Amino acid sequence: MDANMEKEYIARRVAKELKDGDVVNLGIGLPTMVANYIPEGIEITLQSENGFLGMGPAPAKGEEDSYLVNAGGAFVTLNPGGVFFDSAESFLIIRGGHVDTTVLGALEVDEKGNLANWMVPGKMVPGMGGAMDLVTGAKKVIVAMNHTAKGSHKILKECTLPLTAVNAVDLIITEMGVMEVTEKGIELVEINPEFTVEQVQAATGATLIISENLKPIEV
Amino acid sequence: MNKLITLEEAADMIHDGMSIMFGGFLGVRNPFKLVDAIIEKGVKDITLIANDTSFPEVGIGKLIVNRQVKKVIASHIGTNKETGNQMNSGEMEVELVPQGTLAERIRAAGAGLGGVLTPTGLGTVVADGKDVVEVDGKQYLLEKPLRADVALIVGAKVDTKGNIRYKKSTRNFNPIMATAADLVIVEADEIVEAGELDPDDIMTPGIFVDYIILGGDK
Repeated sequence: MDANMEKEYIARRVAKELKDGDVVNLGIGLPTMVANYIPEGIEITLQSENGFLGMGPAPAKGEEDSYLVNAGGAFVTLNPGGVFFDSAESFLIIRGGHVDTTVLGALEVDEKGNLANWMVPGKMVPGMGGAMDLVTGAKKVIVAMNHTAKGSHKILKECTLPLTAVNAVDLIITEMGVMEVTEKGIELVEINPEFTVEQVQAATGATLIISENLKPIEV
Repeated sequence: MNKLITLEEAADMIHDGMSIMFGGFLGVRNPFKLVDAIIEKGVKDITLIANDTSFPEVGIGKLIVNRQVKKVIASHIGTNKETGNQMNSGEMEVELVPQGTLAERIRAAGAGLGGVLTPTGLGTVVADGKDVVEVDGKQYLLEKPLRADVALIVGAKVDTKGNIRYKKSTRNFNPIMATAADLVIVEADEIVEAGELDPDDIMTPGIFVDYIILGGDK
């Protein structure tokens, strides 16, 4: 798989985690792609941190509305039944446990469910935006990312970068597998049939627990 | 009381060293005319409070590029390289605040609260130097209220009493900032007579707004 196919594969698998009626917040980048692969018959409501529910796809060229952008500043549309609110209400929704699932990328995740995705000291300090609130407040936190950063481990025994939140991640989905964060560690529950368990373990900086019911990923 | 003023009169009220809240999100609907007036006046040593520092060439991002800001309090600075540059060189102080915490700190100030308790930031650098409070066995960070000397906000339709109706995703921080500053000026896309807005549609009551300037449609 090339890089784009990997992203689509991850996004397709994440989409299968979403349930009918879920309120979902998707991070910028790969997580945003999840919206393109929502299974038939499943209706979800997308939340945007800058203040609305019912976010729709990007508008057609020439149809952009300067009053309607997503949390990345990109033009979007509003689905029928959508609603706008201010930042306090937006984060009441996020922090009060009213978002069912948030999907976001990571620089590092560890076996305690700790997440680092907002800064690399001395190199990149963009700020946390709404990420700390989302991973602390959402009922389910899914990390969707490439398994490694050009070969170097991102799934670790212990994060080395400044944390976004402690013990927050529930599920990790990469092009190699689907992993649950459990009290005993990271459990590989599904695997991309293109890889062996040994290859997935070698690409992981923590010792994986291999599920007794390990299944192939279906997308 | 006549709340309608000119851009020049608004600029006269803004001085060096003030803390200023700006509505808007990633450069979408900052109070562009008020920002340009601050640039023209050359106000210095601003403490800038906003969701983000926009882009270098858009809205409040220009205040950073112009070196008019001594401190930034925001949730995100990644879209304006100049913010990072001045932070790294030590010319400007940056306090990064989780977006929800920023909203709640401003709301707390406006609501007369002594702060808010939130689990956001526990176990991270955000918790450094802050009190951890335990309530019913759960830990929370104490985040203190955040006020400003001035709030410069934007409204789509504003009546002559200062009642504001926002439009779509441009509401963001404006309604809470309107409650948490000593001086509140709204830049209106459109100004209408009092009574023309349906009272059920008003999102910020005019009592929070000191002055109105006409921004016009952008």
